Amino acid sequence: MADQAEFVELAMEYMPSLYTAAMRMTKNPTDAEDLVQETYLKAYRGFSSFEAGTNLKAWLYRILTNTYINMYRARQRRPEETKVPEIEDLYLFKRLGSPSSGLGRSAEDQALDKFTDQDVKLAIESLPEAFRIAVILSDVEGFSYKEIAEITQVPVGTVMSRIHRGRKALQQALHQFGMDRGLVNVGGSL
Amino acid sequence: MTGDQVFSSRPASSQKGEPLGGPGCGSPKGHSECKESIEELYSYLDGELTEDKREVIRNHLDKCQPCLDAFDFEDDLRKLISMKCKDHVPDGLKDRVFQAIEVEMNRSCQDSPES
Repeated sequence: MADQAEFVELAMEYMPSLYTAAMRMTKNPTDAEDLVQETYLKAYRGFSSFEAGTNLKAWLYRILTNTYINMYRARQRRPEETKVPEIEDLYLFKRLGSPSSGLGRSAEDQALDKFTDQDVKLAIESLPEAFRIAVILSDVEGFSYKEIAEITQVPVGTVMSRIHRGRKALQQALHQFGMDRGLVNVGGSL
Repeated sequence: MTGDQVFSSRPASSQKGEPLGGPGCGSPKGHSECKESIEELYSYLDGELTEDKREVIRNHLDKCQPCLDAFDFEDDLRKLISMKCKDHVPDGLKDRVFQAIEVEMNRSCQDSPES
C-alpha cells in the first residue's frame, strides 16, 4: 500500500524513458504524449494498489503497455503483423567489415558508429508490435526477461523468443538502411 | 577503400554454412562449441544464463577469437541501440501531466469517500 501523495515525486523521474518507449510504440509525438499522460493518470488512480518497495518502473511500464494496446490497437485499420521472418544468427556481423585481427577496433565496430539515431529508431519502429515492445523493454530499458514477461503478461519463453527474433529483424532493417544510404557497400571488399 | 563513408558488406551467400570458429578453436569440439555459444549469445549478454552455463561460454570465448568478435559486436550493437534511441520529453508534457493529475486529485477530493 502506497501513499498517493508520494506518487508525483516517485513516478515523474521515469517520464523520459516512458516517453521514449511511447514514441517507439505509437510512432508519433502527439500519440506518445497522450499515451504518457494517460499512463500517469491511470497510475495515479491505481497507486494505492502499488506495493511500496516493489519495482515501480516495471509497474509503470505495465500500465503504459496495456494502455497502448487498449488505446491504439483498437483504431488500427489493419491488424499488426504478428510474425517476423526467420533470420540467421549474427545477421549484421556477418555482413559488415572483415574478421578482426584481434588488434584495435574492428571494421564492423567502426561501421556501427555510422548508424544515426534516426536509423536505430526507424529500425525499431519497423518491427511488428509484439517484437517491437519486447526489444524496447529489453534493449532500450534494460528489463530482465522475467520483468518483461510480467509487463507484457506472456510467458518468459515467449518473451525470449520475441527479443531474440526481434533483434535479428532489427539488424536486417538496419542493414537495409545502411544500404539505402550508401553506408554499406554491397558485396564490396575492403 | 572506396572512401570513408563506405564500409564493406560481405555478401551473405559467401557466409552461408560457414561456421564461426575453426581458426580460433583449438579443440576438436570447436565447431559444436561455437554453435552452442552463438545459440546462447543473447541470453548470455542479457545476463539470463546460470553461472554454470556462463562459465562454459566464457571458457569457449577465451579460446575462440571469431566467437569473441561476434559477442563483442552484438554487445556493442545493443549499447548502440540503447544509446541512439532516446527522445527528449517535449516542453510542456510534464506540466500537462501535473495538471491532469491535479484535476484528478480535486475530483477525487470532491467525491464522497467510498468504502
